[in-house]
Amino acid sequence: MIPAFCIYVIMPILALSLLLTLVRLVRGPHVADRVIALDLLTMVGMGMIVTHAIGTGEEVTLDMAVVLAMIGFLSTVGFARYLERGSR
Amino acid sequence: MGDLLVMGLLLIGALFTLVASLGLLRMPDLYMRMSASAKANTLGISLMLGAAEIYFPGASTKGIILATIAFIFLTNPVGAQMIARAAYLSGVPMWRGTLVDEASEYYRGIGRATPDRPPEGR
Repeated sequence: MIPAFCIYVIMPILALSLLLTLVRLVRGPHVADRVIALDLLTMVGMGMIVTHAIGTGEEVTLDMAVVLAMIGFLSTVGFARYLERGSR
Repeated sequence: MGDLLVMGLLLIGALFTLVASLGLLRMPDLYMRMSASAKANTLGISLMLGAAEIYFPGASTKGIILATIAFIFLTNPVGAQMIARAAYLSGVPMWRGTLVDEASEYYRGIGRATPDRPPEGR
């Protein structure tokens, strides 16, 4: 029951969310919009990893989610520092 | 019962993530976009990780998931605030319907790049 639910219900919702975020990533008028869109892409990717882990029953996949969260935070902070440095 | 709880948490978390991306797409302003995406996204990811917390039985897996939830709750607002500060200081314009700009007093000594507030409220 749970694997089919993960594949046929949760994954399409997350894929639609990725698509909407991608539109903002392409269209965003400022660099900060694109940074926010990249952050949200990382988080939706984390959700997909968690969904895959639950659907297939592989707990090892969850370590990837931890690493992805850390990398997403580091990249966000780096982009913010870069933007702030460039403004002055 | 446990399966129903896991599926419900996954569904609510995925819907919150969808709402976050919808807000990112539809909001008129960078600051509103950032607020919508950061808050809804934090809640959505935490709910999905909570579903994994219920589903997997191992103690080490539960510990890793709890640490991830705590990490996300700590770092997501910090990252959003840093991006907002950088965008404000580099002069990203606000929506024309914005009434109050409290950060203009706070960052008076530093100074924005381009003061682009409209002269009156609207």
